[in-house]
Amino acid sequence: MRYLPLTDDDRRAMLRRIGVASTEALYSDVPEKARLKGAVDLPPVMGELEVERTMSGLAAKNLGAGSCPSFLGAGAYRHHIPASVDHLIQRGEFLTSYTPYQPEVTQGTLQYLFEFQTQVALLTGMEVANASMYDGATATVEAVMMANRVTRRSRAIISGGLHPHYREVIATHAKFTGFEAALAPADAVGNEDLAKMIDANTSCVVVQNPSFFGHVKDLSGLAKACQAAGALLVVAVTEIVSLGAVTPPGEMGADIVTAEGQSLGVPLSYGGPYVGLFATRDKFIRQMPGRLTGQTVDVDGKRGWVLTLSTREQHIRREKATSNICTNSGLCALAFNIHLTLLGEAGLTKLAQLNHATASRLADRLSAIPGVKLVTETFFNEFTLKLPKPAAPVVEALAKKRILGGVPVSRLYPGDAALADLLLVAATETVSDEDIAAYEAALKEVLK
Amino acid sequence: MTAPANGAPQVRTISGNKGLQIEEPLIFEQGMQGRSGVDLPAIPQHKDRLGGLKRKSEIGLPGLSEPQVVRHYTKLSQKNFAIDMGVYPLGSCTMKHNPRLNEKMARLPGIGDLHPMQPVSTVQGALELIDRLAHWLKVLTNMPAVAMSPAAGAHGELCGIMTIRAALLAKGDARKRILVPESAHGTNPATAAACGYVVDPVPADERGRVDLAAFKAKLGSDVAGTMITNPNTCGLFENDIIDIADAVHGAGGYFYCDGANFNAIVGRVRPGDLGVDAMHINLHKTFSTPHGGGGPGSGPVVLSAALAPYAPVPYVVHGANGFDLVEQDGKAFGRLKGFHGQMGMFVRALAYMMSHGSDGLRQASGDAVLNANYILAGLKDELTPAFPGTCMHEALFNDEFLDGTDVSTLDFAKAMIDEGYHPMTMYFPLVVHGALLMEPTETESKDGLDRYIDVIKGLAKRAKAGDAAYFHGAPYHTPRRRLDETLAARQPILRWKPEAPKKAAE
Repeated sequence: MRYLPLTDDDRRAMLRRIGVASTEALYSDVPEKARLKGAVDLPPVMGELEVERTMSGLAAKNLGAGSCPSFLGAGAYRHHIPASVDHLIQRGEFLTSYTPYQPEVTQGTLQYLFEFQTQVALLTGMEVANASMYDGATATVEAVMMANRVTRRSRAIISGGLHPHYREVIATHAKFTGFEAALAPADAVGNEDLAKMIDANTSCVVVQNPSFFGHVKDLSGLAKACQAAGALLVVAVTEIVSLGAVTPPGEMGADIVTAEGQSLGVPLSYGGPYVGLFATRDKFIRQMPGRLTGQTVDVDGKRGWVLTLSTREQHIRREKATSNICTNSGLCALAFNIHLTLLGEAGLTKLAQLNHATASRLADRLSAIPGVKLVTETFFNEFTLKLPKPAAPVVEALAKKRILGGVPVSRLYPGDAALADLLLVAATETVSDEDIAAYEAALKEVLK
Repeated sequence: MTAPANGAPQVRTISGNKGLQIEEPLIFEQGMQGRSGVDLPAIPQHKDRLGGLKRKSEIGLPGLSEPQVVRHYTKLSQKNFAIDMGVYPLGSCTMKHNPRLNEKMARLPGIGDLHPMQPVSTVQGALELIDRLAHWLKVLTNMPAVAMSPAAGAHGELCGIMTIRAALLAKGDARKRILVPESAHGTNPATAAACGYVVDPVPADERGRVDLAAFKAKLGSDVAGTMITNPNTCGLFENDIIDIADAVHGAGGYFYCDGANFNAIVGRVRPGDLGVDAMHINLHKTFSTPHGGGGPGSGPVVLSAALAPYAPVPYVVHGANGFDLVEQDGKAFGRLKGFHGQMGMFVRALAYMMSHGSDGLRQASGDAVLNANYILAGLKDELTPAFPGTCMHEALFNDEFLDGTDVSTLDFAKAMIDEGYHPMTMYFPLVVHGALLMEPTETESKDGLDRYIDVIKGLAKRAKAGDAAYFHGAPYHTPRRRLDETLAARQPILRWKPEAPKKAAE
């Protein structure tokens, strides 16, 4: 077996040194009846070529989003990733190292996490950020639980413009952890009034900007209402590139900003692994979940970095920890960090403008098709269309023409007749003029 | 005493660099306005639809060109230790070789470039891949079901305990306590508490196992279940495990097994045969998806027939028209993350499993256990094993061998760094004083282990010979020497900030 360096001679010599007759003898603590005598019923060892053949066969049964015009969003976005990002994250010193428990031999990881934390704070307009979380949805539920701790209250108001998966994750935790998730109804039109739902037990209001349906909103009024009631405003961002063009939540008064960072550096990969971002104000640092990297000096007085404030964490606090989280999403955070460093201020700003321009042009073309209506007046790179018939079969018909035309809202809100005709359509910089023309023609045909 | 005086390197360079150890500033200290590492086309004419919310403030991101970026991260990478460089015996973390074939497979366009919300008719191969990985996991554990979505081991623990709570609540049985051994990973009590349970610790006996009598004494009608790591964090197989499972079942509770140490028993012992109801499998440990500097991980949870109906969404089923993805299910306890799980990790884990095959997996776990015992045998006279007898996949020592030397486990670990090794896990499990937990995995060769054993023995001899000052000063040869963690926690600096602008008059 190509990954195993021991030879049979090695094994015999080692067993002699240990003083046992066989490897099996090392399993003598296992109850006799639970010891398997031979191999389980699975295929035997395979060479690289055979594995590649099998995997390529599975891959061939899929329609790759990059092999056709693609307009899918709903919390995951197809962006171009510069070649150097994937090259650098595959350096073995990054790829095959672990959590920086020993800072003297992990300054590389610690420094990029410190840079990542700074980038996230700058993008979101917040004071401080952690070293990443599993994904946007889990970062958002951690924000709710942090707001509960900070305010010592137990009712979270959840916007109808928050991604349905995020809403479900929050509702699931609410059920088990013992807080109330007050779920506002789906807000396709973008006119919900969450301020009037706030009461004396409200720990936070959770909104998404741009919303799940695409609306870009000014949240400063809601922030004031939260502040007046002693509740925190949590803002989730599922398309991080939007912050190159849109006023950041921090400037609108958010107390916690969570985000899905996939759009920068991380491939779609059918939904994961992605990278959750988490940013807040300095005064809440000790209530934050997740890993934190901090600056310090070594015994020679040189600047360096360490994991810090770990007294919040499970390996020290055990059942009293702020969260049960152990790992972050290190390598995805590195990809995010490198992609954003390549872009810089000028690059990110232009990339965001390009996304907005592409989506705006697409919206013009599609909403001009008879029977198709643009539901979102203001948006970044994703908008909602109302079709003259249910969206799910339209998307299926488009897929048969090799066009991934968007996400039917009914997939995430099944059984709600009012939402059945709604289609979420996203356009990033990867969408060409030819793609737009192909989509327009195909949609006309399917709606005929 | 052979060490240089504290803070006084014998040779000082002009740049502060030391050959291949090159100092590297933060990106924020290298940026220039108007410079970028990407070229983008002109913005086409379009109607502005940002509704007056265009970002007006500067973000503050630095501008670097591509060659600067490539050098920056290359230099940062050179400040890291990694499995690719040598022995990384971090106990409980299973730092084994990461085959590059798996990276290549995860990047196949038909896999890496799939959007999670594509119509299921366009992702039949992806669903088949998830289903095939699920099959391998179920066969290797002899469990009937698996929840694939958890993003990491600790996330898998949440999944398992929530499933148990949902199953109990479905019976109208609101139990309050979870029994957790004192030797458990910190995530276990944190998870139980996060799911609304009271954590009741169970002591270890003098053999490093769960104290069966104490365990039984704590059982009662308010016990929802137990969370036990097996093989446990002392590197030992819980030989009473079937009695423990029977006892907890007899009391109406469930048995959650922390599968962090599954690498010791793959293909040799199936958790389903031990009475386990739920167990997470760290794909990044046992099945070699890269640790990536601290994630991303993946923690599927295998489930018994009693718990399977309550598994979270989403899950893959065999439908009338091929594979289907169930995203809503009233009986499921809920949803744990966005989308469908860590697909990129599923590909890598399946490629790893297929490469080994059922015979190779059995050989790999056997070699992992053999390697750990070889270290135990090689070091048992110079170091002090925490428990007598053989071990599973990791060898645990206490710090008695350092008694009277004025060298701590931490000092010893820092001296290992200078010898070119990543230290073992230290001060864990908590039930052993000054613990040193070494997990070599099956990746190490006999020659490599012989060198490692010689070095560790040499360091132990050096400590016993009275050279404590050497250990207190270590490491000497790293990009940074011992870092002040107290300062970092007392005056937290968690981000870079621009220096305050100087007054114009200056």
